[in-house]
Order: sequence, then C-alpha cells, then structure tokens
Amino acid sequence: MPGPSFVRREILPERAPPVFASGPVLWLRENLFSTWFNTTLTLLSLGFVWYVFGHTLPWIVQSSWTANSLTECRQQIAASHGPGTSGACWAVIRERYLQLIFGFYPSRLYWRPILAFVLTLAALCPILFTGLPRRLLWLSATAPFFVPWLLWGGSLWGLVAVALGFFLGYVAFRLVTPLVGELGGAIAAGLLPVLWWLFGAGPAAGLMQSILPLGIETVTSRAFGGFMLSITIGIVAITCSLPIGILLALGRQSDLFIVKTICVGFIEFIRGVPLITLLFVASLLLNYFLPPGTDFDIILRVVIMVTLFASAYMAEVIRGGLAALPKGQYEAADALGLDYWKAQRLIIMPQVLKISIPGIVSTFIGVFKDTTLVSIIGLLDPLGFSNAIRADTAWNGIVWELYGFIAAVFFMFCFAMSRYSMYLERKLATEHR
Amino acid sequence: MTSMTDPPKQTLRLGMLIHDTRYRSLTIQIVVLAVFMLLAAWLISNTIQNLAALGKPISFDFLSSAAQYDINQTLIAYDNQDSHLRAAIVGLLNTLLVAVLGCALATLVGVLVGVLRLSKNWLIARIMAAYVEIFRNVPVLLWVVFAMAILIETLPMPRDFRGEDATASMLLGDSIAITNRGVYVPEPLFARSLGDFPVFGAFGISLDFLAILAVLVGGFATSAAIRRRAERIQNATGTRPTTWHLRLAVIVLSPVALLAALGFHLGYPELRGFNFQGGIHLRNSLLALWLALSFYTAAFIAEIVRAGILAIPKSQTEAATALGLRPHRTMRLVILPQALRVIIPPLISQYLNLTKNSSLAIAVGYMDITGTLGGITLNQTGRELECVLLLMLVYLIISLIISAVMNWYNSRVKLVER
Amino acid sequence: MRKSVFLGALAVAGLAAGGAAAGTLDDVKARGKVNCGTNTGLVGFAAPDANGEWQGFDVAVCRAVAAAVLGDHMAVEFVPTTGRTRFTALASGEIDILSRNTTWTYTRDVDLRFTFIGVNYYDGQGFMVPKSLGVTSAKELDGATVCIQTGTTTELNLADFFRTNNISYEPVPIETNAEGQQQYLAGACDAYTTDVSGLAATRATFEDPTAHVILPEIVSKEPLGPLVRHGDDEWADVVRWTLFALIAAEEYGVTSANIDELAATPTSNPEINRLLGTEGDLGPMLGLPVDWAVKAIKAGGNYGELFEKYIGQNTPIGLARGLNAQWTEGGLLYAPPFR
Repeated sequence: MPGPSFVRREILPERAPPVFASGPVLWLRENLFSTWFNTTLTLLSLGFVWYVFGHTLPWIVQSSWTANSLTECRQQIAASHGPGTSGACWAVIRERYLQLIFGFYPSRLYWRPILAFVLTLAALCPILFTGLPRRLLWLSATAPFFVPWLLWGGSLWGLVAVALGFFLGYVAFRLVTPLVGELGGAIAAGLLPVLWWLFGAGPAAGLMQSILPLGIETVTSRAFGGFMLSITIGIVAITCSLPIGILLALGRQSDLFIVKTICVGFIEFIRGVPLITLLFVASLLLNYFLPPGTDFDIILRVVIMVTLFASAYMAEVIRGGLAALPKGQYEAADALGLDYWKAQRLIIMPQVLKISIPGIVSTFIGVFKDTTLVSIIGLLDPLGFSNAIRADTAWNGIVWELYGFIAAVFFMFCFAMSRYSMYLERKLATEHR
Repeated sequence: MTSMTDPPKQTLRLGMLIHDTRYRSLTIQIVVLAVFMLLAAWLISNTIQNLAALGKPISFDFLSSAAQYDINQTLIAYDNQDSHLRAAIVGLLNTLLVAVLGCALATLVGVLVGVLRLSKNWLIARIMAAYVEIFRNVPVLLWVVFAMAILIETLPMPRDFRGEDATASMLLGDSIAITNRGVYVPEPLFARSLGDFPVFGAFGISLDFLAILAVLVGGFATSAAIRRRAERIQNATGTRPTTWHLRLAVIVLSPVALLAALGFHLGYPELRGFNFQGGIHLRNSLLALWLALSFYTAAFIAEIVRAGILAIPKSQTEAATALGLRPHRTMRLVILPQALRVIIPPLISQYLNLTKNSSLAIAVGYMDITGTLGGITLNQTGRELECVLLLMLVYLIISLIISAVMNWYNSRVKLVER
Repeated sequence: MRKSVFLGALAVAGLAAGGAAAGTLDDVKARGKVNCGTNTGLVGFAAPDANGEWQGFDVAVCRAVAAAVLGDHMAVEFVPTTGRTRFTALASGEIDILSRNTTWTYTRDVDLRFTFIGVNYYDGQGFMVPKSLGVTSAKELDGATVCIQTGTTTELNLADFFRTNNISYEPVPIETNAEGQQQYLAGACDAYTTDVSGLAATRATFEDPTAHVILPEIVSKEPLGPLVRHGDDEWADVVRWTLFALIAAEEYGVTSANIDELAATPTSNPEINRLLGTEGDLGPMLGLPVDWAVKAIKAGGNYGELFEKYIGQNTPIGLARGLNAQWTEGGLLYAPPFR
C-alpha cells in the first residue's frame, strides 16, 4: 500500500549552505559586520588604515637609494616621480648603515663584533631553550670571557688572568671551607679573586704578554657606537646585574635588619629616579666619587650606572620569583638540613631563575630600549648618530628616514624578544599545571 | 657520650661570633654595616678631595642668585631676574603638569585599547594588537622626537591663518587654533576676579579657582547627603523619593551661579603680530611629550587591563547572573572590584614610569625640572653635583609619594586570607 | 660573570690612570693619543664623515695639536660632548682639550677654572628670519617666537637683548642645531638665533638659502676657542702656540703646499725659520721636537687653508673671513712673535 503521497522517501542531496552562512562571507559577517556598531567600527578602522598606508607607502616607495646628498636625492625623486613628489631618501641609510650599526669600530675588524654577537646568541640558546643538549652549557660558561675579549681586543693573557680569578675563587672555596666552614669559604672565595684582579692579574698578564705575545688588536670603547653600543650596554648590564640582583633580592627577603635596610634603600632609590639622572651621574659625577686621577672612559661609566639601574629592577624580578615559589620548597630544604646558602644554591635559585626568565627578558627589553637615552649625554648610539649624520653638510635636514630605520631595527629586536618571553610564559604556565 | 646536666658557661669566644647562630646574624650585620660605612666614607672623601682640587666646594648659594634665562611655559609668575630656585620650582610644576595630564590620557587610551583588543571585531582587535606591539617595542625617546617632528612638520604655521587666501582656519567658530607652534584654546577669564591668594609670599593661587573648586566639592557633598537621605527613607518606608532633579540642581546650578557672579567669560586667541595672542597656549613641546608618553604608556596599560579582565573567571559572571544581578550591576559589583584588584597595582607603577619618563622632556625642549635645574641651571652655574643631587631628590620624593599611594591601596584591597 | 671581567679591566684602567698624574703633556706622550672633546655634530665645525673620521674646523685644531706633540695628526681620540657634559669632561681629565665652539667668558675662565688658550673663531650672536616675514631689524621681533639652543651663552644673551630693548618674545628651547633647523624651516619659530657662523652654515644647507636673511644686529661677542684645564701651563702653552703657529703660518705665507720646501733650508725670513725650526730651538722649549710647527701645519694646512677647507667661501657654508682675517687685512687674528 502506497504511503501518504506527502512523505518524501528519498533523501534530498545535501545542498551547500547559503552563501552568507559559510566561508568568507560568514566570517566577514561574524567578525566585522555583526552589529551596526561593529560595522561602524570596521568602516572607521578601514578608513584609518587606508589613510595611514595611503600617506606612508608612496613616500616609502618613491624613494632614492643612490644619491650622495639630500639635494641630489630631491633631484632624483623629482626626476623619476615628477616634481613636487615627496619621497624617502634611503640613500642616507645606504651610505651610513654600517656606521649606524658599528659606530666608529674599525671596518676591517667588523668580524669581531659579529662573531661576538653570534657567540652571545649561541651561548644564550642552551639557557633559553631547554630542549637543547645540556653539554652546550660549557659554551654559555666560556662566552662571557670571550665576548668582551672579541669586542675590546687586547692580550689573550688578560682573558686568562681574569678567568684564573674565578679558578682561584673556586680553589679557595674548596680549601677554606673545610677549615672554617661555609661562610668563611664564601668570604675567601669572594675576596681572593678580587685581590687577584686588583693587584695580581694586570702585572701577570703583562708578564706573560712580554714572554709570549698573544693577542688581537685593542679597540677602545670610544670606538663603539650605533646599535653595537646599545646592544653592548644592554647585554653587559643585564649579565652583570643578574648576580647583583640576586644578592639584592635575597638581602631584601633577609631577616637581618641592616642588610635588609641597605638593600631596600638601594632598590627603592634606583627605581625612584629616572635613568637619565643616573646617566647624568655617569657623565658628570662619577669621576668625582672615585679617587683623584682615576679616569675610565664614559662608556664604562655608563655601563656601570646602567648595571646598577638594571640590578634594582632585576632584584624585583627575582623577588617576584622567590615569592612565587611554593613555601614547601623552603620547608623541604630546611627539612633536609641544608644551610641557607646550600638551600639557595641547590633548591631555591635554580627554580626561581627558571620562573624568572620571562621577567628577566622584559627587563632586558626595557634596558635595551632605554639605552637610547645615552644620546642625551652625548654618546653616539643610533639616535646620537642620527644627529651626527645630520651635521654632515650632505645630509643636513634629513629626519624621517633615520628615525624610521632606527625605530624599525629596535622594533625587530624587541618584538622578537617579547615574543620569546610570551612563549616561555605559556610554557611555564602549562608546566606548572 | 656526655650527658648534659648544666648549660655550659656563657663565656664568649671569638669563634662563637660566626658559629653560634645567636650571634652570627649580629656579626654579619655589623660587618655589612662597617663595609657599607667605609664605602660611603670613601666615596664622600673622594668627592670632597676632588671638589677641593677643582676649587668648587659644595654650596647651594647659587640657588638664590638670578637665573638670567627665560622659560616659555610657566605656571607661576617668573622672569629672568628670578632665582634659580624659582626656575627649578617652575620646572617642577611643569613636570607635575605633564605627568598628571599624561597619566589621565594614558589611562583613557589604555583602557579603551585594552577593551577593544578583546573585541569580537577581528579588524579592531588586530589594529589594537598592532598598536600595542608597535608602541611597546620602540624606545619612548624615539616616540617623543617622532611626535615633535610630526607636530612641527604637518600642522599649519600661524602665518597660514592670515589674509584673504588663508590656507588654514580656526576651529569651532574661531575659538581653537591648531598651529605648529602649539594649540591655542580659549581661556577662562573673570570680570570680577577675587584676585590671588599668596602662598609663602612666593606665588599666588587664583582665588577664583579655589572658589569654584570649593563650590564644586560642596555641591557633590550635598548631593551625596541627599542620596543618603533618600536611601534612609527607602530603607524605612520602602519607597524612594525622586531626588535626581534636586541633586542635579545642586551640582550644576551653584557653580553656574558662582561663575555668573564672578563675571565669567572666555578669552579667545586671535592672530596678532607674529603669533596668536590670548587664550591658553599648549605648546608643541608639551603636546609632543604628553602625547608620546601617553600613547607609549597606554600600550602597557592596555595589556594590564586586558590581563585584568581575562583574569576574572567566567564563572563569576555566571554566578552573578544566577543570583539575579543585571549585567551592569554584575560589572559594577562583581567583575570590576576583582579586576581592579589585579589592574591597579601595575597601573600605578606605570604612572610611576610615566612620571620618570617625563624627564625625556629635555629632548624636545619642554622646560621640566630636568630642563631647568638639571639643564640650564646646571650648565650656567657649573654646579653639577648640587644640581644632580637635588634633581634626584625631587624625583625620589615624587616616586615615594606615588609608591605610598600604591601601598595604601594594596593594603586596602588585600584579600583577607582565612 | 662578565661583571668581573669589567672589574678587572676597571681596576687595571684605574691603576694605570692613578699612576700617571703628572702633566698633561707627559700623559699625552705616554698615551700616544690626544683626547679631544668635540661637538656631537655641528656642520662645518665637527662631524664624522662616511668613513667615521671626524672632520671640521674645531676638529682641525685637535689634529694640529696631535701632529705637533705626537707627530701624527690621526693620533686623536674624539670624545663627543654636549653643552652639559663638556666642562665636566675637561675638568675630570677625560679630555685634554675642549675644542667645541665654546665662548670665552669671564665665569668660565675664572669661576669654572679653565684656561682659554686663544680664539680660533670670532663670532657673534645673530638672528635669521625668513625674507617673507619682512623683518629688517631684530628690534622688530616683538612677540616673535625664537628658537634657541639651550646650554649656551646665547640663551643669556637673548634674554638680555629682549630685556634691554623692552620687547617680549617666546623662547623655544632646542637641544641641537639639527632640531633648531627643522623647527625653523617648518615655521615653528619666526626667528632662529645662534652664532652667526652657525646661522650661515644652517642657511647654506636650505633648499633655497636666498629666502632667508640674517639680521644686521649682532647682539653679543662670541670669541670661540679651545680650552684646557686651569693650572697646567705647560700643556696650555703647547695648545696655545700650536694655534698661533697655524695663524702665523698664514701670515707668513707658509702653506701645506710650500712648507716642505721652506722647512728644508733656512729662508731669508728669520721669523719663518724660527717657526719651522730651521733656526733656534723653540720646539724643545715647549718640550716638543724641533719640527713641531711643521707637523702641525702639515696636518691640515695653515689657519687660512683650514678656514677655506671647512667653512670658507667655497664650501656650502660659505663664511667670509670678516673678523677672522689676519690683522694685516683688517681682521683680529694676531699671532704674537715667534722668538
């Protein structure tokens, strides 16, 4: 018996969804034009994007790369794109990019800062990416000696003499600890290398150099400039500030009233004043604070002040890490009968440093960006150099190209680092769960 | 093995200072203090020796001598015969001005961007993300000089406003002029002014503004009292009397009456001679610094706000809805108090950063305290040590005040742990 | 860890510097370099070229001193200084000479305790305005916006000028010449004031230099010269007489072209002979070699040659000699006798 005629027996073929409920149209509807308010916002932002790119892109593209002066640039742009066109004069970057990167570093020695930079990156890799083999850590341990040697040059014996200081410290720690205990050992390990560096290292290195000259050409730090200066100041300051920051953070958490007061006072003082005043101290006052006749050049003085500056911020980062560590870890260390320094060294610090890496990276980004302030005290960092380049009669009056180039390079560095820091934060967050 | 019957005699041996935990911390502290004092003494003696060699003993006498230079933006009366100290105060007020303006704008933009970054509109969210990344990852000093260059290069000069074939014109019925020397806006003037109230005989505070402030505060206080009364009645009787017209009247009418009594009118800027005259002149240097600092800091604030909003679990909203709260009450009573607890502390530290970054004024010639005390005064008198120390002291005091506010807030909103 | 490397380096540097607190001349000889404070960049006076070598009129003084003392005009370490850091850099011994278009004033000489060793450029503060403004005298600038470099004497002069003429102005402080130029060209200020040499140098680089005029009023005296620390007369003498040697060389017609010839054998002019060391022993009196002046002049030429090379009529800057001509030609340059 046939069924009711209104019942369909065969399945209809599947039809494509309506055009505005799928694919790009749906996406547009959902993401850009869902409500009238959203539509307005979308249109406004489209207009904004159009305006910005409409004004900057032609300027960037209608440019001159080959001219040798600003006047020539203007002529070339007028010749190829019609008179009255405003275009970028990238020729200044072509002529001066090496200067903006390396400053006055001798051009035949450019391989040294490049090698130093690569070495630094390579040394950072095992620390930053835990997936790499642990054996690579020896690279991280030796790089801090080789990188300054590559940058500043000089006798290889100086490097050996400095490294010997650490070895002496280690030996002293091993020899003295059994005699007078951990604290005495630590004091000896701290004091002996300092004495060695102050009085022994220089003459010894000189002696060895006179017996067997081994070394590369010395480059004074005045020759440093451009991005190389910024990177050097940034990396040196962060590396040096890490140990100081750890000590300050521990001091701030300590029960010892005087130690705590001094550490808190130092941290709050440094964090309370702008970096520029500390740079004024470096350029104007630091020589007054040291014995008469002492004179080391402005870049070392700036490095010292930036290091102090960074260590106060580093101390706060480490303090955050200390606070984030579960209390059980401290109690477990106590339960194992470890004394303070052993507990710090074996249990607390390895974990604290690991969870502090994102904070350390953002401190580094901050310090790296802040190195532009040294142009205010007359150092030729990229920004300072842009002024010096404009003082050349050929390039007098050029603004946007230089600023744009500098901003782009800074953006590249900082963006990459902040992405890394975010990746790490996500990774740490999942590890903790 | 010996069994201990009596405690050992308390003779203090030298070794105990290190090995005995009772004395060890004291020993360490004394050693640290001694090292610290020695270091300080060494630095100070070096300084005194060096300064003596240069023939420049420390002295703050220069503060009272005539500054001899002009400052373009002065919030208090100043001319070039006034002392260096007064020039420093002018600078300090300028620092505070740009800091306060900057914090306000940065918060506004930051909150807006932070919220829009979470928008469902793909384009808006992307643009805001790009804004945050671009501003965060380029040094603030570059932004400051950028902003200055943009203001100078793109805006019309006062000359363009002149004549028949003027290429630029004033906005809002000839009341606002935007030029590349700054923005001129109408200024409030009082026909029957109350005069100035001298403070320490050094500078005056306008009594008119004090009066307006007092009336405004009084108005809000009265309005709050009316609201409380209404609540009392509501609690007692269950019906709430209509009060909005009364409260509005208190808040709006009384200042209007005062303004009328003072003879309030606006002074419009007009082009005379080389420049616009009259009105309030917001100089380029102030605008560039203000905008650059605000937009730079706003990028950080946006991230803070976004993190704050994301930090509140969705279950909170659901719980509030389950309790029958309406959306805006959910926001006001449940979400905001919790989000603010996360947002405010880093926000205040951004305010601190902005204030410190305002010292970059020096790059655009804005005469803040770094420009006057740490700039021209230092330069003309050659008193580096005194000037830089004073400068640091001033910033330190500002920072400590801001931190104190932060600590007070933190202790107020701290979760009481049970 | 890297910190320690630095501490080591610092300690070594400190000891090295601490040991040598003798006269600057001995220091310089021991070091083999002259440390010269210069501008961070001023058209014609000091700027690094594409090879990173500093060039300019102020720079040339340092090169001449290096050539005289060390025999090598490249043996100079240039330390860029700002208006704020320049005096401290000199006072603290970081630099040996400050050659940075610095005005010789009473307070700088007496109160800040420096020794100005002479004048390498006689300048004065002036005003530049666009021609279209129709201004012919600085006294017509009532109510004008004036761009001015901070940290210089020009700032005080400007305040004085407007106060004495009882007219008002709006100062726009700027940090560097480049910024001043940018603001002025964009019309953010009506007038730009600095030393006339700076104005001319700035105007020369404009797209249309003829559209701008430098007003006739010169509101101040700005004798610009190199300076050294107070109290080291030996070193001051070396720098002073090197500068005089350059000036005297022009007066006697000794140029970098003919100097080899003149220095080979004594000439008929005893003054030239004494200057070039072919007669007498002026050099050793200074503690320098006999041919010190020859080397100083050969470093870049005599005063006139340097002027023409960096800032003279044939350069884009195009400054006339004016006050900076020899006294024989109506200028102020007057080197004391070499005897």
